[in-house]
Amino acid sequence: MTDQSTPLAPRQRISPVSRVAEIVTSSPVVLIASIILLVVVLTALFAPWLVPHDPVRLTPSVRLKPPSETYWLGTDAYGRDLFSRILMGGRVSLVVGVAAAIFAVFFGLILGLFAGYIRWIDAVLMRMVDGLMAIPSILLAIAIVSLWGATIWTVLIAITIPEVPRVVRLVRSLVLSAREEPYVEAAIAAGSSTALIMRRHLVPNTIAPLIIQGTYICASAILTEAILSFLGAGINPSTPSWGNIMAEGRIYFQINPGIVLWPGLVVSVAILSINLLGDAVRDALDPRMAKRGIER
Amino acid sequence: MSNGLLDIRNLRIALNGNKDQQVVKGLNLSIEPGQTMCLVGESGSGKSLSALATMGLLPPVLSPIAGSIKLKGEELLGASPARMRELRATSMSMIFQEPMTALNPVARVGQQIEEVLEFHTNLSQSARRKRVMEMMEGVHLPDVEKMYRSFPHQLSGGQRQRIMIAMALVMGPQLLIADEPTTALDVTTQAQILSLIRELREQQGTAVLFITHDMGVVSEIADDVTVLKLGEVMETQNVENLLRHPQTDYTRQLLQAVPSHVPRMARAEGSKEIVLSTDKLCKTYGGGGIFTRAREVKAAQDVSIKLMKGRTLGIVGESGSGKSTVARCIMRLIDPTSGSIMVGGSDIATLKQRELKPQRKKIQIVFQDPMRSLNPRIEVGQSIIEGPLNFGVPRAKAMARARELLELVGLPASAIDRFPHQFSGGQRQRIAIARALAMEPDVLVADEAVSALDVSVQAQVLELLAELQQRLGLGILFITHDLGVAAQICDEVIVMQYGRVVEYGPAAQVLGAPQEDYTKALISAAPGRDWDFANFRPFSEAPLAP
Amino acid sequence: MLGYILQRILAAIPVMGFVALFVFLLLRLTPGDPAAIIAGDTATPAQLEAIRTSLGLNDPLFTQFFRWIGQLFQGDFGTSIISGKPVIELIAARMEPTISLALTTIVLSVAIAVPLGVIAAWKHGTLIDRFVMLLSVLGFSVPVFVIGYLMISLFSMQLGWFPVQGFKPIGDGVGKFFHTIALPTFTLTLLYIALIARITRTSMLEILGDDYVRTARAKGLPESRVLMRHALRNCSVPIITVIGIGLALIISGVVVTESVFNLPGLGRLTVDAVLARDYPVIQAVILLASLIYVVINLLIDIAYVILDPRIRYA
Repeated sequence: MTDQSTPLAPRQRISPVSRVAEIVTSSPVVLIASIILLVVVLTALFAPWLVPHDPVRLTPSVRLKPPSETYWLGTDAYGRDLFSRILMGGRVSLVVGVAAAIFAVFFGLILGLFAGYIRWIDAVLMRMVDGLMAIPSILLAIAIVSLWGATIWTVLIAITIPEVPRVVRLVRSLVLSAREEPYVEAAIAAGSSTALIMRRHLVPNTIAPLIIQGTYICASAILTEAILSFLGAGINPSTPSWGNIMAEGRIYFQINPGIVLWPGLVVSVAILSINLLGDAVRDALDPRMAKRGIER
Repeated sequence: MSNGLLDIRNLRIALNGNKDQQVVKGLNLSIEPGQTMCLVGESGSGKSLSALATMGLLPPVLSPIAGSIKLKGEELLGASPARMRELRATSMSMIFQEPMTALNPVARVGQQIEEVLEFHTNLSQSARRKRVMEMMEGVHLPDVEKMYRSFPHQLSGGQRQRIMIAMALVMGPQLLIADEPTTALDVTTQAQILSLIRELREQQGTAVLFITHDMGVVSEIADDVTVLKLGEVMETQNVENLLRHPQTDYTRQLLQAVPSHVPRMARAEGSKEIVLSTDKLCKTYGGGGIFTRAREVKAAQDVSIKLMKGRTLGIVGESGSGKSTVARCIMRLIDPTSGSIMVGGSDIATLKQRELKPQRKKIQIVFQDPMRSLNPRIEVGQSIIEGPLNFGVPRAKAMARARELLELVGLPASAIDRFPHQFSGGQRQRIAIARALAMEPDVLVADEAVSALDVSVQAQVLELLAELQQRLGLGILFITHDLGVAAQICDEVIVMQYGRVVEYGPAAQVLGAPQEDYTKALISAAPGRDWDFANFRPFSEAPLAP
Repeated sequence: MLGYILQRILAAIPVMGFVALFVFLLLRLTPGDPAAIIAGDTATPAQLEAIRTSLGLNDPLFTQFFRWIGQLFQGDFGTSIISGKPVIELIAARMEPTISLALTTIVLSVAIAVPLGVIAAWKHGTLIDRFVMLLSVLGFSVPVFVIGYLMISLFSMQLGWFPVQGFKPIGDGVGKFFHTIALPTFTLTLLYIALIARITRTSMLEILGDDYVRTARAKGLPESRVLMRHALRNCSVPIITVIGIGLALIISGVVVTESVFNLPGLGRLTVDAVLARDYPVIQAVILLASLIYVVINLLIDIAYVILDPRIRYA
């Protein structure tokens, strides 16, 4: 009955490692997705040492071969080994996915913090964000790539720009609701500077949602890269990516559907795994669902 | 065994059907036709869950694992969903705490009542409508034709609860379950709703299962009372007996913690030093929209106050009275529109943020919601030392001081590196007080600081504040809607209404012999004002005038 | 209420202004000579000069922007560099397949996705719920063109039910129209089912936990009534929003789907323009798509007024 005599709850701290383990093993589906993702990342990382054939050497004598013992998934129109190209292609796709997520979250966080805290910046920035969101992301991306030329950097920029406004909106709304919290008002009353309040009380509130948003951006960036390549506005096929392998296979679809379908399967499974993992992280971190307190 | 209207025997409700996670542990309860039974308990007592179990509306994670609930002899646990639907509204109905969220925001209130008739009767549409109108008149709603077509957001809190009551009673059920139906309402509205429930019970002979945490309300409405604690029945008694002769220690403590409405003895006047004063403080919101014609709201108008060192000044009022606006202006969490705020000799009303910082030290605040007043992500020690660090106190010294402060507010010093979720609501409020004290302020603003706490915890926090005031000579500005709490802690009281000061004077005078009609109305509406709960008797039987 | 709508309309103007500025600067601020980028590597100096003159690239940026805006207001979207025809004519000629595909897709997706989402939320945590969730994650994860090619290889190449590609306008007969539009619609619908079912489920879940749903049950109403009248009615705002935004952004999906099935719509026009660096066409398509987005958002805002009395009587 008295709150004084209630013994303090035992100290509990969950280490980040065990937290990750907990999320990964939260359901069989998530576990499988994590394993698949690990395999995809590792094979992409070590692809140069794993590929059975040179993924870019042209061998006209073995054009469009069906799967065989030498060429596990067959060859493409230039006689290049499809399996090796898919392995190597994962590197571009994953780099684009991860880098787009990091850049979008980084810029979105900074702009969102300003928008959420400084009124006149908010007014200007949110009109720009609305404008950017009005432009369909694929159209914007292909316009940028076609104007600036298709390098990995322009593709990355083209994919990242349309994602930034979404992050800005997310961060802004998180900041706006967090600033109403009494503990933030208490910090104001304690004479804390705006920078300190942002760093201590506002930014930590955005981390969990940004991790979740980051995984979704990663998945969507891989998807967008594939679509850009497919439309002919992607990275040059001399650097294989999952998207441009499929793009090159389009015209031969009726002869050898594998050139489109195998990379299609791989890219789908990879994106699916990232999305499933993102959902699992969201379920674990969403404050409305998580009953436990959030530890650092 | 009685053949009551409602018979609950050995009801056990558990989380996820797990025997070891019981939230209601063997509830026995019986209600006769036409009787009002109050189910009283603090948070976590399982009082609402027992009611929801009766209606068959428990959330899916909770389920009854043993016992029986009989309505007119019919077993409800295990009754088919179809049968339960038939019984709801026709034999038993329920109203809830928050009438705004309990009504569908996008449907007209009249139709929401009529819907009940649509599914439980064969009346024609015009007959249904006529019945709804009668019912709305029965709960004393004005202009029912217009009211019928209104949406919930267009009504006041009291009107919404009247709609809920009309909806619940339109089929004339024998049992009405009321789950804290007046807790979200202002005190004057609460008194009206309580009298409406009494009136309808007499007219229709409806039995009422009334759930509340408020002993004042109990004394106004109950025939019998069942006291619950952590899912267990403490005792069941006739209300008069319970208030006079509680059988268990728990009930006794609960009654003793209820703040009395008789102001405490006036303290000898102490220091004449003014630590906080305002002069004609005004705060106006809105106005000046180009297309939306935002209405100008005068949230605070010409508020002038004076607070001396070591004294407590209370601001009381109903919601929308502007009492919190005044507190937030004084803290400069919002900027006042005009007027001055003198803190320790300097006017802070118009200072820029940078000039304001040194002044912030002198005045600190404790908020209402213990769940949100501490940053959940940092250790409480870090929250406490944030202010001192801003003013250049070395970290080690600030931490040592934080340990002392935790002990001062009645917590172990070892609590310093725990996270807020590891504490109860009362403990968090203590930590919030420690955080405010770390700045060594002259003035402490307590904005409804005990309103979210259970009554026993509330009494302890009030005691702590009084003790700290004596030791440290704090001036306390105490904002509350609860006249009882104000009577117990304040030296002087301001009554506010619609942003204006209605009455201002010594507590004994304002609360004991009010001059203004509004103050009188407020005081006469306070439930249980005639009972001296702590001494287990009505004030009329007190040996001496207080 | 009228004030609210006016306010919404006014708020849309700076948004469109920013879009126009952005699209304008995208070409002008490109590193290097915009004319050279448009003309490609094989252009002669004379061709470059012609492009510069036709786009007015020799004038100051400020003049260029306002001249361009002025032209837009007169309905002049410029001339295609490749075909030499006015852009507006090119776009008008390609509208029908795109609008057809957008409408069939939205109608079919809403018809399937909303009930799926409602059932998933109602039966939260059951197999049905998990199936809907998995379907929706799948829809987000598989690239539209992979779905398209799977459809082609199954329904066209294996079963021979539908043509591999092509489009017959509705004027040629309803049967022929649906025969050609079916596969593209199915392909794109999968993505939209994922989007709409997910939002419907999430908002239903939230609303099913609301107090007034409990009140509705306490009144003894049947579940169907609780779900439809009380829960779904309150979900209409997020659902309408996602449908509207889906419709506004359908151009992204259409670009890909039209390429897969070789439909002569706006999407193909855009891709061809991109490959040929026909900037006036790209510019016009982006502006048009953004305008549609802004207008649909405006309509959504107005729909809120109708759906939510709290705004209507504010």
